[in-house]
Parts: sequence; structure tokens; C-alpha cells
Amino acid sequence: MENANSYLSTKKLSKFFGEFLALDNVSIDINAGEFVCFLGPSGCGKTTLLRCIAGLEVQSSGTIIQNSEIISDLPTSQRDFGIVFQSYALFPNLSCFQNIAYGLENLGWDKKDTAKRVEELLSLVGLSDHIGKYPSQLSGGEQQRIALARAIATSPNLLLLDEPLSALDAKVRVHLRQELKNFHRRLGLTTVMVTHDQEEALAIADRIFVMDGGKIMQSGTPEDIYANSKNPFVANFIGMTNFIEGEVLNKNVITIDNKQIDFVDHGFTKSTKVLVAARPECIDLTAKNEKNMFDGTVVDVEFLGSFLRIYLNTSIMPNQRLIVDKPMIGNFDKSIAVGDVVGFTMSPTHLNVYEYDR
Amino acid sequence: MLGRKSKSLAADKSDKIGRVLVFIYLALFFCFLVLPLFALMSKSMQNADGIFIGLENFVVYLKDPTLFKSFFHSLFVAFVSTVIVVFLGFLYAFALQCTCIPFKGFFRVVSLIPLLSPSILAAIALVYWFGNQGVFKELLLGNSIYGPIGIIMASVYWTFPHALMILSTSLSLSDARLYEASDALKASKLRTFFTVTLPGAKYGIISTTFVVFILVFTDFGVPKVIGGNYNVLATDIYREVVGMQNFQMGAVISIVLLIPALLAFALDQFFRKRQASQLTSRAVVYVPKPHKVRDNLLLCYCLFITALVLLMLGMAQFGALVKFWPYNLSLTLKHYNFEVAGLGWDSFYNSIRMSLWAAFFGTVIIFIGSYLIEKMRSDKSLRDVLQMIALMPMAIPGIVLGLAYIFFFNMKDNPLNFIYATMIILVINTIVHFYTVSHLSAITAIKKLDSEFESVSLSLKVPIYKMFFRVTLPVCLPTVFDIFIYLFCNAMTTVSGVIFLYSYDTTLASVSSIHLDEQGDVAGAAAMAMLIVYISFLVRGIHTIISTFLMKRTQAWRNI
Ligand SMILES: Nc1ncnc2c1ncn2[C@@H]1O[C@H](COP(=O)(O)OP(=O)(O)OP(=O)(O)O)[C@@H](O)[C@H]1O
Ligand SMILES: [Mg+2]
Repeated sequence: MENANSYLSTKKLSKFFGEFLALDNVSIDINAGEFVCFLGPSGCGKTTLLRCIAGLEVQSSGTIIQNSEIISDLPTSQRDFGIVFQSYALFPNLSCFQNIAYGLENLGWDKKDTAKRVEELLSLVGLSDHIGKYPSQLSGGEQQRIALARAIATSPNLLLLDEPLSALDAKVRVHLRQELKNFHRRLGLTTVMVTHDQEEALAIADRIFVMDGGKIMQSGTPEDIYANSKNPFVANFIGMTNFIEGEVLNKNVITIDNKQIDFVDHGFTKSTKVLVAARPECIDLTAKNEKNMFDGTVVDVEFLGSFLRIYLNTSIMPNQRLIVDKPMIGNFDKSIAVGDVVGFTMSPTHLNVYEYDR
Repeated sequence: MLGRKSKSLAADKSDKIGRVLVFIYLALFFCFLVLPLFALMSKSMQNADGIFIGLENFVVYLKDPTLFKSFFHSLFVAFVSTVIVVFLGFLYAFALQCTCIPFKGFFRVVSLIPLLSPSILAAIALVYWFGNQGVFKELLLGNSIYGPIGIIMASVYWTFPHALMILSTSLSLSDARLYEASDALKASKLRTFFTVTLPGAKYGIISTTFVVFILVFTDFGVPKVIGGNYNVLATDIYREVVGMQNFQMGAVISIVLLIPALLAFALDQFFRKRQASQLTSRAVVYVPKPHKVRDNLLLCYCLFITALVLLMLGMAQFGALVKFWPYNLSLTLKHYNFEVAGLGWDSFYNSIRMSLWAAFFGTVIIFIGSYLIEKMRSDKSLRDVLQMIALMPMAIPGIVLGLAYIFFFNMKDNPLNFIYATMIILVINTIVHFYTVSHLSAITAIKKLDSEFESVSLSLKVPIYKMFFRVTLPVCLPTVFDIFIYLFCNAMTTVSGVIFLYSYDTTLASVSSIHLDEQGDVAGAAAMAMLIVYISFLVRGIHTIISTFLMKRTQAWRNI
């Protein structure tokens, strides 16, 4: 279990707010220089976990280890990190310069060194022209970058970001998350970012910890958790997924609606009820009559630029509509209209299987 | 090795300092609020020899018809004054907030003047207008101004700005969309007033009612000067304690005074909470449109009220300057010599000194206290207790607090006995008496600060107390100045709080004014009261200059 490259880890970290369990035995391991995201729905405990790492919240049990030292008992001011909050919390009465220099002054830096360091940081975040401005004179994105510069001014070895992009509008958000990524590439600073936006996490994280109800549901690279979601929650939360009920026939075959689909060792015992998860882009519409083909009626079609999203009513998903994404290029030329009956197949290599529990 | 548990807060140095401060605050409140009140209560259940006799004193009180009558007197004048003030104040606030009359700034300023004067000023002016030698004596149709009529008129004068402030705020929160809807439905102006304006100001009116009621019910200065033989609870306490040295009965009446005040306070808090929940979906600001008849009528009304305010003030000043009212009306400054020993200029300087101390220390203590309650990370329950205690002074009448202070600090075996009859006790009493309002405005200002400032500071290894001086205090500077001014003006004008606590060396201007009046030197009393008005004006003026010039520099970040 011990990871030689580990920089930050928590062991069985739990946090109660009164009776309410906000973190439930969370054990994570973050490597030096990694960019990780805590991702999960609102109220799942992401911020609480981040604040425990920062010492702003005190865990009820468990340990936090940073750089091979147990830090869980240290007060905030003795921990090594920089933090950017959702609100940025820039001091309104201090100029950009003073905000960034705030931590340096206290360390006893002299005027010249401070000025040099602040200029360096401002040029790093690309805001050299704004040195004398007050926070209220800056746009949201600029404020965020000043907050970032302030957080790393004292050269911490860990950067914590709590939804740093969520206060911005969509366009700026996409731009700034690329900046953030570049920033991380340049500095190589171990970075933990909290977000509830799965697209954001997929786009910039080296590794993602998906959380729900105070627990870690899965951790892994973005590709990994997207393609191999370990449980229905993750499959559903990351991207879109169709859940189809089926039953295990034998160790390589699952029946769906009397059709047999071949899997290579899905790992469930005979007669188990299972959920087969199929991403919308892994479903192929087909005109030919193929083996294991299902059919459905088109109830809606959305044009989403690079692809079509097609909603089908089909007997294998009686309670919900099946979603199929169809790229606008390729061999499927016939335009699809509401009311059409279409056939589709699913390739077993792209499917995940979960035990069905109701 | 890694399974170690840690449940306690890993305390930063800042947390430790905060905790120590919280304990200090609790100790201070205990010494200067809780214990004195406790002393008052135990006094009420003792006989003259200090033996516990249960509720016997209360029985004596209830059986004494003259004492008991004062209770109804207090209720009566408080009730009538409240009705009049709420009515007049609402109309005035309506004119300022919901109409297009000109000179609104002027009307607002003039209506707030009574805040700068001691409540007795009105009583003195009324003596000149309607007293035995009064100019308009005949207007009273043979009734005497010394009695309920005078008390009510003077009370209306000095509580008017208090009512106006609450009513203006509640009217300024009215939602423009409701007015538009009402217009769209072709409702008449009058109907709009009854269906939109009045209901919207409902809680403001309720709150004003309670506040004014408490102010008049517990006031001492006005009935002392103009009450004549019409006794009320506050003057009874004074007479029992100072005149008859019957401390036990003083304590009993104090409690009789305290209970309705507490009740009104509790009800007010209850309704304020209701209002707060009503205001959460804050609305589009209402901008009034002109309406000729209404605006002209209300303009006349406002002119009338401001004229009354200025006439009161002007008469007090005139009375202080004439040689011998009403026989020799030539002007003189001789009444400013204050020939009665111990009540002269010294008391005026004492007042200024006391007010400056109280304003300075009060501002520091109140602001830091509010900050602790609002922003500390640990000891939630202790902070809740602190917050509760900080609200208490508002419910306690000044005269009751003053009496409680004598009982407590005059005890021989009290180690704090040394502050008795010094400037210190006056300062402390004043700070405690006016604690709550300042505390609430400090809390409001601090609540507006981002809740993560402290976290950011800790993450950058800057202790919280450094951040307090670097960020919190500068950002809240306007509020800090307001608190200072509030405390200063109240310390200058207060009578009821300090009437029992001054000594020969520490007489205060407001108290002097009462004593001058008591000794028949009404002109001297008027002169002293006007001095208080002028110094309050002066300090307000300095405050305005500071806020326009100095603030422009320190608060530059605010309006760019
Ligand atoms: N100080 C607190 N006291 C009591 N409960 C709290 C406190 N802080 C957080 N909680 C609760 O703990 C749970 C997790 O909160 P947390 O702030 O970590 O959620 P989150 O995952 O960051 O959600 P969001 O995306 O909305 O920010 C929530 O249900 C919240 O109500
Ligand atoms: Mg959060």
C-alpha cells in the first residue's frame, strides 16, 4: 500500500458535524506534483476534506500525512499549503500588490525582495499591469488569478483550490481552467482542486477522486474512471450512461431481453441480476439485421453540433429513454426522424456490468 | 502508528488569544452587568438590616396606593406618548421616504436634533413656553404643564427621532414592484397606501411602538423636571433612594420598572425576527412619483414639525440668555456662570472627559467583542452566551442599572469597591448602558466581511490579530466612527444611568442641569443643556469632516 512517491495522504479520515457524518473513512494518496480533483455532487464532503487537509476543520478521527509527517494535529498556521477559496477572499482594502505581499511581509522579507517577488508572481499570472488596483476594480477572472498569486507567494508545496472557477461565467471558466493547467505544468506544484463540475475535472485533472456521501467512490485517471467506472454512481455522475437490466446466463454471457450478449469473464455468478452500463457513444445504430440487435422507436433528436443525440423508447429500458450519441461524420448517412424504428447494437468491450441492487 | 486520533482543535496562537479574550469578556460582563443586577434583586428581598425577608417588600409596595399609582402613571404617559410619536413619526417618515417633497435633507437633519440634546432640554423649553410664566400658558386652558401633559409633550419631542429612524428604514425597504402592481390594478393612491405601504411597514411600526414605549416608560429626566406632583416609577426610585434613603423600596420599584421593560424588549425581538425573515427576498427600491396634493400637504406637515423642533431648541437657548424671564428680556451671559457650587463648568468638563473615555473604550471593547463573537473558530457555546449577554443591556433601564451599580460596588467587601464614586464607574456604566445598539451595528458590519479572510490569513501564516488591524478594522472604519459618535452623544446626554453614580468631583453636565432646575435656576439649567447640544453638534461636525476627508483616503477602495 505505501507509495514511495506519495506526498499527501489521509488514512481513515472521518469528520462528524454533530451527528452528521460528513467524511466517512476517507483514505486517499496523492503523489508529489500531481493535479488531483475531488469531484462529487453538492454536499458530498469535498470542501470538508479540503478544509481538513488545511487544518481549517478538525477531523473527528484519522490521520493526515504530508511529506512523511503527520500533520493532522498541527494548527493551520503550521501547515504548508496555499489556498484559493471560491469567493477568493481578497482583502478589499489592499491593492493587488499588498494582497500578494501580505504573507511575505509577515515572514520578514525586505521591501526590495517583496517587490521583486510580487512582480514575478504578477507576470506569472499575466496581470503585471494591475499591480496598484484594488480587487473591486478587477474582473472575476482577474481576481481569481490574484488570489492564486497570493496563495503561492510564500512558495508553499501544496496548493488547495476550492471551486476556484465556479464564480465565473462559462466562457471564462473554460479559458481559465486551461490556464490553471498550464500554470500547474510550469510550477509542478502538487495541487488539489475541489469541483462539482465533472467536465472540468475530466479536462484538467491527472487523477480524480469521485466522492459521494462522505465516501470516496472511485479514484483514477479521467480516462479510467470514465471508461471503467467501478459502480453505477460513478458511471452516472461522470458523463452519461444508459443502465440496462440483464441476467447472468454463464460466466461469459449475459441475457438482455432474451438476447445473449457475450462478455469475456464479467465476474458474476449465474442468475445474478445485473445492470449493464452503456455510454451513449458506445451504442451503434445499424440498418442491417445483425445478431443481438435491439430495436427502438425514436422519440426525440437533439442536434448538438458535432453529434446527434437520439432518444429511443425501447423494451430493454422500460422506464427510461435510451440515449444514443451519433457523430455527424462517418458511415451513417440516413437522417433520423422522430417516429422511426431503428436497430442498435452494443459492443461488449465498451460495456460495464454492475450487480443490480434495488 | 498511523491510527492516531485527534479530536481536539489544534489551536493556533490566534485561537488561544481569542479564547483568553472570550473569558475576559465573560468575566467583565459578569462583574459589570450580571452581579450588579443580582445585587439589586437580593436588595429587594432584604429588610433595612440586610436580612432576607422574601417578597415582603413587594407586598408593602402593592399595599401602598400612592406608590402603586405611579405604576399606572408611567404606563399612561408611556402609552399616550407612544401613540402620538408613532403617528407623527410615521407621517414624517412617509413624507421623507415615499413622496417627492423638497428639502428632505434639511427635514431629516432637523428631526434628528433631539438626539443631540438631553431629554430634559425639552422639558425646560416647555417650562418657558407653557410654565407658570410661560408665553402660551393660556393654550393649556388652565391645565398645568407640570404633570402628564408636560411629560407627554417632552417625551414626544425627544423620542421622535428614535421612532423616525426605525420607521424610515422600514419604509425604505418597500418593494417597488408592489407599487407598480397596485398602479397597474388602477388602485387609488389612498388604497395603495392602505394595501401596500402600511402592511409593508407593519413590523417597523410594531418595533417603534415597543422602543418608544420602553424609552418613555423608563425615562427619568423629563418627569423629574416637568412632572410636578405627578409621580412615575423612575422618579419614585429616585425619591426613595436619594430622598428617603429607603434602598430596599428603591430596589423593589426598580424591579417593577424592569419587568414591563423586559417584556416589551422580548416582544420587540420576537417581531424583529419575523421581519428579518420577511426581508430575505429583497426587492426593487421604490422611487416615489410626484403627487401634488399629497406632497404639498406633507410639506406643510414637515415644516410644522421642524418648526416645533426649532422652537423648542430656540426657546431653551433664548431662556438661557435673558436676564430675568419674563420680566427683563435683555440678553446676558450671566447664566453661564453657574453660580451654584459644584454644578458649574467643572461638571461640563467632566462630562466631556467622561464621554470621551466612554466613547473610546466603549468602541474598542464593543468592536473587539463583536469580532470575537462573529469570527472565532472555537468555543461556539461560550460565544453564544456572550452574544446573549450583549443583548441584555438594551432591556435594562438606565436608572435600574445605576441603582444596581450602587448596591454592588458600594459593598464594603467588594474588591471592586475602589471604583465607587470615581470617573471609572461612570464610564463603565455608560458603556454597559449603551452597549447593545453599538454591538449590533458592529456585528452587522463584521458579518459583511468574507468569512474566509481568517482562513486565508492563517494559511499565509499571518496571525489573526495582525489581520484584524490590517484588514478588519480599516474596512469597518465607518462603523467604528459611528459607534464612537453614538457613545459620545449618549454619554453627554444621559441622565438616568448616572444620576446615582456621580460624586462631588465627578458631577456631569446633564445631572447639573437637573440640579440647577431643582434649585430654581431654570435659566442655568437651560444654559447647561444647551452646552451639551453645542458640544454634541461640534463632535458630530468633526465626525463629518473626518468622514469626508480622512475616509476619502483610507476608504479609497470602496467606491471605485
Ligand atoms: N460547519 C458545519 N456544520 C454542520 N454541517 C456542515 C458544516 N460544514 C459542512 N457541513 C455539512 O457537511 C456536508 C458536506 O459539506 P461540504 O461543504 O464538504 O460539501 P461540498 O461537497 O463541498 O458541497 P458543495 O459542492 O455544495 O460545496 C454537507 O451536508 C454540509 O451540510
Ligand atoms: Mg464546497
